[in-house]
Amino acid sequence: MKVLVGVKRVLDPQVKARVKADGSAVDLTNAKMSMNPFDENAVEEAIRLKEAGQVDEIVTVSIGPEKAQETLRQSLAMGADRAIHVVTEQVLEPLAVAKVFQHLVAQEQPGLVLVGKQAIDDDCNQTGQMLAALLGWSQSTFTSELKVEGETATTLREIDGGLERISVRMPAVVTVDLRLNEPRYATLPNVMKAKKKPLQKLALEELGLDVAPRLTTLEVMEPEARAAGVLLESVEQLVEKLRNEARVI
Amino acid sequence: MSVLIIAEHDNQALAPATLNVVTAAQQIAGHADTTVDILVAGQTCDAVAQAAARIPGIARVRLVDDASQAQQLAENLAAQVVALAAEYSHILAPATTFGKNFLPRAAALLDVSQISDISAVVDGETFIRPIFAGNALAKVRSSDSCKLITVRTTKFEASAEEGGNAAVEPVTASEESGLSSFVGRQLSQSERPELTSARIVISGGRGMQDGANFQLLDAVADKLDAAVGASRAAVDAGYVPNDFQVGQTGKVVAPDLYIAVGISGAIQHLAGMKDSKVIVAINKDSEAPIFQVADYGLVEDLFEALPAMREALG
Repeated sequence: MKVLVGVKRVLDPQVKARVKADGSAVDLTNAKMSMNPFDENAVEEAIRLKEAGQVDEIVTVSIGPEKAQETLRQSLAMGADRAIHVVTEQVLEPLAVAKVFQHLVAQEQPGLVLVGKQAIDDDCNQTGQMLAALLGWSQSTFTSELKVEGETATTLREIDGGLERISVRMPAVVTVDLRLNEPRYATLPNVMKAKKKPLQKLALEELGLDVAPRLTTLEVMEPEARAAGVLLESVEQLVEKLRNEARVI
Repeated sequence: MSVLIIAEHDNQALAPATLNVVTAAQQIAGHADTTVDILVAGQTCDAVAQAAARIPGIARVRLVDDASQAQQLAENLAAQVVALAAEYSHILAPATTFGKNFLPRAAALLDVSQISDISAVVDGETFIRPIFAGNALAKVRSSDSCKLITVRTTKFEASAEEGGNAAVEPVTASEESGLSSFVGRQLSQSERPELTSARIVISGGRGMQDGANFQLLDAVADKLDAAVGASRAAVDAGYVPNDFQVGQTGKVVAPDLYIAVGISGAIQHLAGMKDSKVIVAINKDSEAPIFQVADYGLVEDLFEALPAMREALG
């Protein structure tokens, strides 16, 4: 079975986003960028399935500017076999991303697509579900355990009240949560080897898809800042303040 | 063209998140000068439909009572939403794991760009939503004729539960997809209030050092009738299950009082709690970023502060 894995280059999770002075977007100039953390779990899971003999080939996909290649090289260094870079300067909405993946699934014919449950930049949490819909495939979101058993897969999903186990018919789109696994670090020899692994570039325009945005961002704003707080001396003082000043207990 | 809410429920009771979505839906309906319907899709869920009908200001409850909707699997629920979509200008669900699961699927089937996690309604086409873990807010306008929206429940007051008398109309179930099936659910059992609707939340982080130490939080939570949460670091360390997690990719809470204990204040944790009315931080590291958002800070070892707090609360 072949697995297709989506990897997105995003602002590093440890970096606090700052809004541009003109209110048009978040300023990413010279900011540290990383692979979306959930996508790292998706790559790791594909590698583990390959190590378990259930997968023969891992193809990672990223859509974005030239530098998205760095994210793809990282996935190759972790253990993916080859990568496809859909090159565009345009920021795509999840629906458009799902259409690009649908196109690539038709070409590559994978038996499973793995993506992170959410990208930590736009926080949309849509792409995997949308792709499953466009393909007419089953879906498992927020997955923290995945067992592929031939024609079906059993997954454990992290839901608000606890955990849910479902069985999905293969092929499926699985969106992954952090507890699915612990992603490996790429070792230096593997980083070197990854430079020689195949990385195919496709221009987004050549795919002939409707990726026009449906949403117009009118403004990007800083959230209201919280007023500075006070440091207290003791637990007793804290309880007193909560009772008599804040009046919340 | 009216507004449709997809009710979150367990076939027995309406989930409180649905009431927050009602408020958002009524704001939209006010701008668009239209009415609000609720879809209850489930099996043997008449009590839920009756509860939905009693919410003030609801025009119709549309009820699908069918085996295919018993567990609200994404494939079947999305198909049901698509079957009704032509009648609606807006379709809303809570931005909970329930809403996030099926609504994007329905959106793609309708060729619509979903608007996730709205925190405010500007008008019928324009909404505000947090991005980058809430460190920025985007004002977006949708050009889709039917708008699919998930609602950040902490940003909209819950609507009243009683006072309405909407008609309940049965709807034909869409076809079972056969793509997925439900195996089982392990729900956390707790005597405490539910995390996302509790008035007071006390959360522990990596500083708790061990799952067993969460008992110290429990003791304070008992005194305050608080829910207990955790940072992702505490969940990743295995101290508590993931459904305790407050943060960008866990639960978003906005209680009257949030007490962060042994939590450093990583960006992704702040994203889940910084809309709380009053924030208390207890951490022995005075440099911890959590103090920058706290109204009251206490630089103290939590293993001394928590028992002292339980005492002080009497």
